[in-house]
Amino acid sequence: MDTTVTTGNEENVWGGGNRPLGASYGKMMMWFFIVSDALTFSGFLASYGFSRFKFIETWPIADEVFTHVPFFHGNYPMIYVAFMTFVLIMSSVTMVLAVDAGHKMKQNKVIIYMFLTIIGGAIFVGSQAWEWATFIKGDFGALETKGGRVLQFVKADTGERASISEFSMTLEEDRVADARDSGIWFTDNESLPNYSLNEVIEGFKANPNILIRTEKINEEGEKTLLTREQSLGRLKDAVRVVEGANLVRNEYGSRLFADFFFFITGFHGFHVFSGVVINVIIFFNIILGTYERRGHYEMVEKVGLYWHFVDLVWVFVFTFFYLV
Amino acid sequence: MAHEHKLEIFRGLLKFKSNTQKIWGVLIFLSVVTAIEVVLGIIKPSFLVLTSFLGMKLLNWIFIILTLVKAYYIAWDFMHLRDEKSSMRRAIVWTPIFLVSYLVFILLFEAVYIYDVFKNGFFAWDF
Repeated sequence: MDTTVTTGNEENVWGGGNRPLGASYGKMMMWFFIVSDALTFSGFLASYGFSRFKFIETWPIADEVFTHVPFFHGNYPMIYVAFMTFVLIMSSVTMVLAVDAGHKMKQNKVIIYMFLTIIGGAIFVGSQAWEWATFIKGDFGALETKGGRVLQFVKADTGERASISEFSMTLEEDRVADARDSGIWFTDNESLPNYSLNEVIEGFKANPNILIRTEKINEEGEKTLLTREQSLGRLKDAVRVVEGANLVRNEYGSRLFADFFFFITGFHGFHVFSGVVINVIIFFNIILGTYERRGHYEMVEKVGLYWHFVDLVWVFVFTFFYLV
Repeated sequence: MAHEHKLEIFRGLLKFKSNTQKIWGVLIFLSVVTAIEVVLGIIKPSFLVLTSFLGMKLLNWIFIILTLVKAYYIAWDFMHLRDEKSSMRRAIVWTPIFLVSYLVFILLFEAVYIYDVFKNGFFAWDF
């Protein structure tokens, strides 16, 4: 395509001005990077698939994990992620429009579209930060058993999830968090959950309306609900209260789910963040008229490729984390 | 500068007048596909969930195919691969497709094997 003529007279390879495959050096290198980065992301997503197929019967159901929308209460699975996807696609569109305006050498239009792209990217990164915070904070709380399985609670009459704060008892007991300055050397322990194991267990025994839900997915694609007797039996295996998720504990189910969530969306978020930074640099260059003087806007096209790639990766992350 | 954009999508079914129009057209298409995915993800029609094809729910196959469709239009129209030389396009597209299918095949096959070991072997993990 002729729209990206850059080399012309200035950069010649042995005086020849070669452009293999009709792409300039910079654009070609951007594609090299994109292909290798795509393979990195594929590696992550494939290993996610590996872990998921390994624990196919107990993997958390994404619809039940990501149910929040900022400023709204209630259960809205997928809505917010769909919004984030739309924001990213939209910022991709403004980026193409910027590239298109660059081809026509319309500086002011490029400035506007680049600005909109940056805003879109910022909204996306902010949303992802919010998503992380919600995920880390947790929803209902759960118990973890000796074997590392997670037991969640459900109200028997309505079938809704029950939060441990709803039924736990408040017992008179002293729980002390070990800390380095209290004389225990070289150890740091996890921060104490809001309720102790005993408080949850006693509250469960006192409240006949609460049932336990295990991680196992039944034939209808739902988590298995235990009867009251089974629940009381299973309760004996519990060793700790889990609230929220981190790299070691995860109230939503399999810990690997949280690990992969942090790792893959984190790596993607890092790409978006660096994309925004690069876009800002290019944005100021456009304002300063660098590309106007250079005579072409190929630089916008190159960062555009990176930006679309980030969007492309998100399409896959969206599918494999939230939909499938 | 000359502008050579291929302006038709869907194999020539839809032809746009300018590149800008094509961009908006592709945006509408991508949004519609995403909306379909989200609606299917919320409703989860039971016949799609209960039917299994090649070891995966039919619904998941639909999601994956729709994702590949979206990826195609992002790469072809936003990253304007459609306007690149076909040799360049093939080098970019087929290399990852080959490597990724290989990797995914091996890893998923192995994962199913490990699942069987966990399920049928003398190995306790649900306690």
